[in-house]
Amino acid sequence: MKPIIELQDIRRNFIVGEETVHALRGVSFTINEGEFVTIMGMSGSGKSTLLNLLGCLDTPTKGEYLLDGISVRTMTKPQRAVLRNRKIGFVFQSYNLLPKTTAIENVELPLMYNASVSASERRRRAIEALDAVGLGDRLNHKSNQMSGGQMQRVAIARALVNNPAVILADEATGNLDTRTSFDILVLFQKLHAAGRTIIFVTHNPEIACYSSRTITLRDGKIRDDKVNDNIQDAKVKLATIPLPDDN
Amino acid sequence: MFKIALKALSNSKMRTFLTMLGIIIGVASVITMLAIGQGSKQSIQAQIAEMGSNMIMIHPGADMFGGVRQSASSMETLKLTDYENICKEAKYLAAVSPSVSSSGQYIAGGNNYPSSISGVSIDYLTIRQFSVGSGEMFTEQDIKVSAKVCVIGKTIVTNLFPNGQDPVGQIIRFNSIPFRVVGVLKSKGYNSMGQDQDDVVLAPYTTVMKRIQAQTYLQGIFASTITEDMTQDAIKDLTDILRADHKLKTNDNDDFNIRSQEELSSMMNSTTGLMTTLLACIAGISLIVGGIGIMNIMYVSVTERTREIGLRMSVGARGVDILSQFLIEAILISITGGLIGVVLGVGASFIVKFFAHWPISIQLWTVALSFIVCTLTGIFFGWYPAKKAANLDPIEAIRYE
Repeated sequence: MKPIIELQDIRRNFIVGEETVHALRGVSFTINEGEFVTIMGMSGSGKSTLLNLLGCLDTPTKGEYLLDGISVRTMTKPQRAVLRNRKIGFVFQSYNLLPKTTAIENVELPLMYNASVSASERRRRAIEALDAVGLGDRLNHKSNQMSGGQMQRVAIARALVNNPAVILADEATGNLDTRTSFDILVLFQKLHAAGRTIIFVTHNPEIACYSSRTITLRDGKIRDDKVNDNIQDAKVKLATIPLPDDN
Repeated sequence: MFKIALKALSNSKMRTFLTMLGIIIGVASVITMLAIGQGSKQSIQAQIAEMGSNMIMIHPGADMFGGVRQSASSMETLKLTDYENICKEAKYLAAVSPSVSSSGQYIAGGNNYPSSISGVSIDYLTIRQFSVGSGEMFTEQDIKVSAKVCVIGKTIVTNLFPNGQDPVGQIIRFNSIPFRVVGVLKSKGYNSMGQDQDDVVLAPYTTVMKRIQAQTYLQGIFASTITEDMTQDAIKDLTDILRADHKLKTNDNDDFNIRSQEELSSMMNSTTGLMTTLLACIAGISLIVGGIGIMNIMYVSVTERTREIGLRMSVGARGVDILSQFLIEAILISITGGLIGVVLGVGASFIVKFFAHWPISIQLWTVALSFIVCTLTGIFFGWYPAKKAANLDPIEAIRYE
């Protein structure tokens, strides 16, 4: 199995006024290709800091981080931007779609910052990604004409379009109702089954039973790291949730 | 990148338009103001040129009789010999003519008209930029023999020959002295001082001096330099010649006055130049205000779109990508505004010309200048907000509420 993410004794300190806050105090783990990992932890456990580091938005104070074999620690800001563009797909809690912009244009966005992708290929890949999330019939819907679930699907398509090494989801179901949450989880499981590497950061313990591995953080350290032998099928759970009356 | 910026602008059309409005008004006013300024400058220059822009006038002057300063026309310090010496010795001059004049009543058939007669040489036509329309100018031979011939202007023609008969060859009487009309001058209209330049009768100076005035001194000498920029040299040269002629000692005052049309023209030019500068300043201020409008809106737009910027950064936009996006937005606003402004400015100038009948002149450089200035305004005022956007931290920007 090919390692996608390798963390070696990662530490991250923030200086707030006179004090030094140790957000991460030595975190090490390896995530291999094809894993669906949930990173859990209460607020203040350091999971946001870890997510920022994994997403190459931030660099560690100490320790080595290899993303798909590339060392991130010494990279400059623009270099990390390019790396994010090629290797990472983000899914945010609040979707972060461009306003008044069609689904397809939103999905095309990461490829706009990759000069080697032509306009026609950009379009083709965006349509492909939207098909993969089940929105092939809503290509030209604008972001303000869509429901929360649809918007999150567009966001996932956007995360897929650059064919990333890893998809980073930050509380991706946090803004959705239970039914739609499971809808999205089903989609994530489908992507996992197709061989995608997914890291899902959440504080909701329920989600852990649908992933293949769970890492729990507390006070900037790993408290627990276990492989889930009994992955539940989100589709089964979804079937038990009744449809809303007004739908 | 260009498309991204265009898209962002079209997402908020009203705001984009309002931002542009500042630039539109700025550019339009710069162009209109400069068109008016340049127009009046050109029309004044044209009028001066019509009077003969290289013209130098020499008048007798500073002559004292027992401490009483005499009026120029009664002074006798300029003699025909001065004219002859100038003809012989002066450099820089293209044409020289003596000038003597006398006023009186003209009679032709049953019509009469009060005017004056100017005794000049043939060069006078060149100096004052007159030209003969029908007939001919009098000749050197006419001057030599003090022939009673004359060339007349349009105003004289309409007053003495109201029935439209050809004045060439006719006899007109000036204070009962008969003159044969040999030519009619082309009409020049009124000059900038409101003088009728067609109310003129030209005769050989010898004729006027001997047959009308019976005097030997001149009321003035007109000359024109070869080119306009020789005027100062020519004045100095003429001063030397006349001082030598008049045998003046080094500490004696000149007994003549030399004036050039250039003095008048430079005075006029500085007045209109000042006016143009003032107008351009006012217009320029409105352009700057427009630029500040762009900065203001771009600044608000950056704050408002912080999350969008954060998202773009997290999907791989570098700082320079964000910087250029916002800069292109600012430049697009200012260029589009500039184009509309140019069109409106040109339109407004023609409206001014049509309704107010002011002379206007739209020059390519004013259009180019205001266009370049407004593009620079866009870059200048767009830079700071764009830089601010590029320096945002993606972690904070993506979670910005």
